[in-house]
Amino acid sequence: MTATTTKPMSSTSSPGRPRRAWGTIVLWIVAIGGFVYLFIPLVTIAVFTFNDPETKFNTSWQGFTFDNWLHPFKDKAFTDALLVSVEVAMVACIIATILGSLMAMAMARYKMHGGAAMNLLIVLPLTTPEIVMGSSLFTLFFNLGVDRGFWTVVIAHTLFCLSFVAMTVKARVRGLDWSLEDAAADLGSTPARTFWQITVPMIIPGVLAAFLLSLALSIDDYIITSFVAGPTITFPRRIFDSARIALPPQVHVLATIIMLVAIAIIVIGTIAGNRREAQNR
Amino acid sequence: MAKDDTTDDRSLRKARFAPYLMTLPGLLCLYLFFLVPLVTLLKIALSVRKESGSSDVDFQWKWSNFSTAFTDFGPHLERAFIYAAIATVVCVVVAYPIAYFIAFKAGRWANLLLGLVMVPFFTSFLLRTIAWQSLFADDGPVLGIIDSLGLLGATDAIRLTTNGKIMNTPPAVIGGLIYNFMPFALLPIYVSLEKVQVGLIDAASDLYSSFSRTFRSVILPLSMPGVVAGTLLTFIPASGDFINNELLGNAAREPVIGGVIQSRFLDAGDFPTASAISLVLMVLITAAVLIYAKFLGTEDLA
Repeated sequence: MTATTTKPMSSTSSPGRPRRAWGTIVLWIVAIGGFVYLFIPLVTIAVFTFNDPETKFNTSWQGFTFDNWLHPFKDKAFTDALLVSVEVAMVACIIATILGSLMAMAMARYKMHGGAAMNLLIVLPLTTPEIVMGSSLFTLFFNLGVDRGFWTVVIAHTLFCLSFVAMTVKARVRGLDWSLEDAAADLGSTPARTFWQITVPMIIPGVLAAFLLSLALSIDDYIITSFVAGPTITFPRRIFDSARIALPPQVHVLATIIMLVAIAIIVIGTIAGNRREAQNR
Repeated sequence: MAKDDTTDDRSLRKARFAPYLMTLPGLLCLYLFFLVPLVTLLKIALSVRKESGSSDVDFQWKWSNFSTAFTDFGPHLERAFIYAAIATVVCVVVAYPIAYFIAFKAGRWANLLLGLVMVPFFTSFLLRTIAWQSLFADDGPVLGIIDSLGLLGATDAIRLTTNGKIMNTPPAVIGGLIYNFMPFALLPIYVSLEKVQVGLIDAASDLYSSFSRTFRSVILPLSMPGVVAGTLLTFIPASGDFINNELLGNAAREPVIGGVIQSRFLDAGDFPTASAISLVLMVLITAAVLIYAKFLGTEDLA
């Protein structure tokens, strides 16, 4: 149903072509090196959750302790900021996912007047540097005399998640077989029933994936947020402001928890996906 | 075979009422909070401060704000673009073989590896950058390895290290940019490689094409849209980024344009200058993107 297809292993190891053997070895080395590289800072973060820093900075190794994991919410300033970030992300990403998926569905399935212009308008926020989007929103709120705070952050996050969701969902629904809907209608299904039993199951994997990734984008955003947040302190803002003053190890614990949850979702998702594909074969 | 993009147009239905209604809320959002703010940004960029020290502004068609932005902040722009350009080239060159590996060698583990590429996205950008502070530190592992290999003299000579240190130097900033934006280069390259049919590669090798020739005349051209998208997705955010410079570089002595814009807005309250610099950055990036896209002859930016 989804657009992913497992490719058969390509015939690189075919006999009579020894020249490509060392190429494959180099490729393996580069790939393994690349993944090690991608994970080095993440492992560093995880390792520093066990650090027992004597200074206010959890950036150089001092001694081993489990204490940080026993009291992950000890530093209230960071816990509160994380809660604000989660609230913003939930509100902004739910709105963005609904509006973005609607746009993606309409554009993927119908020939519309001004479709190219619409496409451009959706792509532009993704190709505009965050600093420009942040400063333009800042001038808007300044010009209108709007007090910056929680809701201005929600607006900004909704905006960049909206484009992201629309593009992602559009790419995912493009290859779907919409004739199934016609088939359902021909068999006497009501439009509502067709929607819930055919359309929704078809689009839901793409929509969910876009939603999860936009959550990640929102929770992690610093640059745009710094322009529109006013007194509202999100998790990245708290980290950035603290980076030069004091960084307690609890921050690393919170980040590691989020990271482990993400890895678990990805691994379980892949295994479930592989199993489903094996069954369908 | 699944329907691909080219057959799409014929299968599209003619839109009547509903699809327009579906796009309306989203478009309204983009209009109100993307297009209108850009116009406001332009308006503020053409204003003057009522009095120095105050954040109130008067609109006066003051185009000279732009030339001032250019002349006063040229070095900052240049620094940001050089950092971003180096980081982008390294990202694409390193990401390509990894993407190739996932697309052609990973088999059914491809989705897992792709997921692992995304894991950094779920870890705070700032904490990842702060982790590099520990890794690049004077007594940290990166310098430790270089030193134990006896290469500190050599890395000093090619200016990768400065007097045996990395932290607070441009290579540290570029290193941070490379790390943080690598997945943005990798994912689009993977997507375009994944669409390359293995049959084409096999056909080329059956016809006695060497691998390097197959790569140059089949695989690379077909994956070019991914390379272009990856380049843009890396270069655009990297040139506006100031977090890496702030946390890994010497931001006080060697500021980048993004940092200047932020401090002009949020600390100095000099909105007209800050808006002008911001627009100059946007125009320069757009110009660079258009030239690059024209040079490579592709308009498939999305």
